[in-house]
Amino acid sequence: MIKVPLKKADAEESTVEAVVTQPAPAELPKDAPMEILDPAVEVNNFSLWYGDFQAVTDVSIGFPRKKITAVIGPSGCGKSTLLRGVNRMNELIGGVRTQGNVLLEGTNIYADTVDPVEVRRRIGMVFQKPNPFPRSIRDNILFGARVNGYQADEDELVEAALRGAALWDEVNHDLKQSGLALSGGQQQRLCIARAIAVSPEVLLMDEPCSALDPIATLKIEDLMRELAKDFTIIIVTHNMQQAARVSDYTAFMLSDDESRGKLIEFGPTSDLFTNPTDERTEAYITGRFG
Amino acid sequence: MSEDTQTVGRSEPIFKASMQWRRIKAHFFVVLGLLSVLLGVVTLLVLLADVIIQSTGWLDWQFFTSFDSRFPERAGIKAALFGTLYMMFFTMLLAVPIGVMSAIYLEEYAGDNWFTQFIQVNIANLAGVPSIVYGLLGLQVFVRWMEMGRSVLAGSCTMALLILPIIIVASREAIRAVPPSMREASFALGASKWETVRHHVLPYALPGMLTGAILAAARAIGETAPLITIGALTFVPFLPEHPLDRFTVLPIQIFNWVSRAQSEFHELAAAGIIVLLVVLIALNSVAIYLRQRLRTKY
Ligand SMILES: Nc1ncnc2c1ncn2[C@@H]1O[C@H](COP(=O)(O)OP(=O)(O)OP(=O)(O)O)[C@@H](O)[C@H]1O
Ligand SMILES: [Mg+2]
Repeated sequence: MIKVPLKKADAEESTVEAVVTQPAPAELPKDAPMEILDPAVEVNNFSLWYGDFQAVTDVSIGFPRKKITAVIGPSGCGKSTLLRGVNRMNELIGGVRTQGNVLLEGTNIYADTVDPVEVRRRIGMVFQKPNPFPRSIRDNILFGARVNGYQADEDELVEAALRGAALWDEVNHDLKQSGLALSGGQQQRLCIARAIAVSPEVLLMDEPCSALDPIATLKIEDLMRELAKDFTIIIVTHNMQQAARVSDYTAFMLSDDESRGKLIEFGPTSDLFTNPTDERTEAYITGRFG
Repeated sequence: MSEDTQTVGRSEPIFKASMQWRRIKAHFFVVLGLLSVLLGVVTLLVLLADVIIQSTGWLDWQFFTSFDSRFPERAGIKAALFGTLYMMFFTMLLAVPIGVMSAIYLEEYAGDNWFTQFIQVNIANLAGVPSIVYGLLGLQVFVRWMEMGRSVLAGSCTMALLILPIIIVASREAIRAVPPSMREASFALGASKWETVRHHVLPYALPGMLTGAILAAARAIGETAPLITIGALTFVPFLPEHPLDRFTVLPIQIFNWVSRAQSEFHELAAAGIIVLLVVLIALNSVAIYLRQRLRTKY
């Protein structure tokens, strides 16, 4: 596979060639809360309100660097809200209030001195429904780079991003065609290409495959494994098999009568699926509620 | 599904439908609807036919190249046609940028508070104010206070006020039609608010805004009352060369001819109406075409 030559740091990591199918997470005592050493993104006591309605309650979680973390849980439990809290997208909605903080490489992105625009450049996002701009493939990729002051060769960037999203071979004959002329799966990979073109450190994906057919879904999952060599990935998914297939770590969220959007359990995917510590996690992954 | 489905068909007749009566009712409403449509169309055709018959023989080259005159055979619409163009140029120059900027501000920047709601209600109300009221306002503010006189510029300012609400409402609708997913995509790539508006919201909303602006222009071209109020109803045997020159426009020229005694002038007016109608139909067609063709697909 061809790599995206966009990131400067972490050269030693990106030379890894083989796809890591099963991670080797640190050994930890079973019922101790999961502690990630040196996480790329660290969420600390994070709560979020839409007006008076609390959607996320006191979530603390560290997202491991260059791993895929799946966030699962029943509909409406606050997964998307938490995800959008990580790149400050929630602020675009009026009346949103947060408490706690989110550290990106140790810096609180909710600090007064931090501009959310810069945060979003460093933490990219892929949405549930593919949303390419009604523009050419090339312009779709270059938009983010241009507004962020990209100086180097544009053709190179377009090629690197499209190769990074495993789309180059399918579209390189005509980069001027509209992004909307592509199939759903290709559109989603274009959105991923567009996101990695601004060299983010973290990629957030909110149910990126739920609008796609099984074949396109598998393609995106392969791509995610490939991208995890360079990026920290957080994916929200409703598909338990997908979480099991693709992720290294899994976080389970739940809302109940007392409080909404709580983190119930977090750990290596293999542990969480085979040997959950919380009975509610077990009930959910075995399909007994949700 | 089982074999004993016959119970459904053979049970007590609980449906007492008279198909015939239902069919008659349906037909009745089709006929009534058709008659209503015909009433409108036929009236329009009769009016149009009358105007076309009256105008025969008057719509010649001389009609377009002559100024108004006391002698019908020498009178033309040169001054009115040019006056309309000249006034509309300044009207659009004023109304489109102000209207579009207001719409962007209201849709993208203004918060949802009592002030914006107040403005919103007022814009909606302004769109319904009778045009003569704008004329009175223009007369006082532009003609008298700002001492523009009965000039092209005073007319343009008045007309700009008149169509501003239309442009704002149309532009806001066009902006609102841009899906939130486009804004989110842009923000998620690290674009600022202005970059998002400038590179995505505005371009995608442009066809809608353009359509609104053209329809507003059509409205202004047909307006008569506010211009009569500010005093554009005068004998103008010259082309305005300066924004502060006196002027006349098509509907006023038509009004002027209709109010004269000789029947030849009424035929001249019919010819003027044809010109005005052609201009308006052309503008509306362009607006419809733009709406269909340039509509952004997401
Ligand atoms: N913009 C908003 N304003 C008010 N409430 C909201 C808003 N967005 C989400 N909510 C509420 O917050 C709660 C969490 O929503 P969220 O979208 O994060 O859930 P989710 O876990 O992503 O659900 P799903 O799996 O269905 O996508 C829900 O009860 C939802 O109704
Ligand atoms: Mg969601």
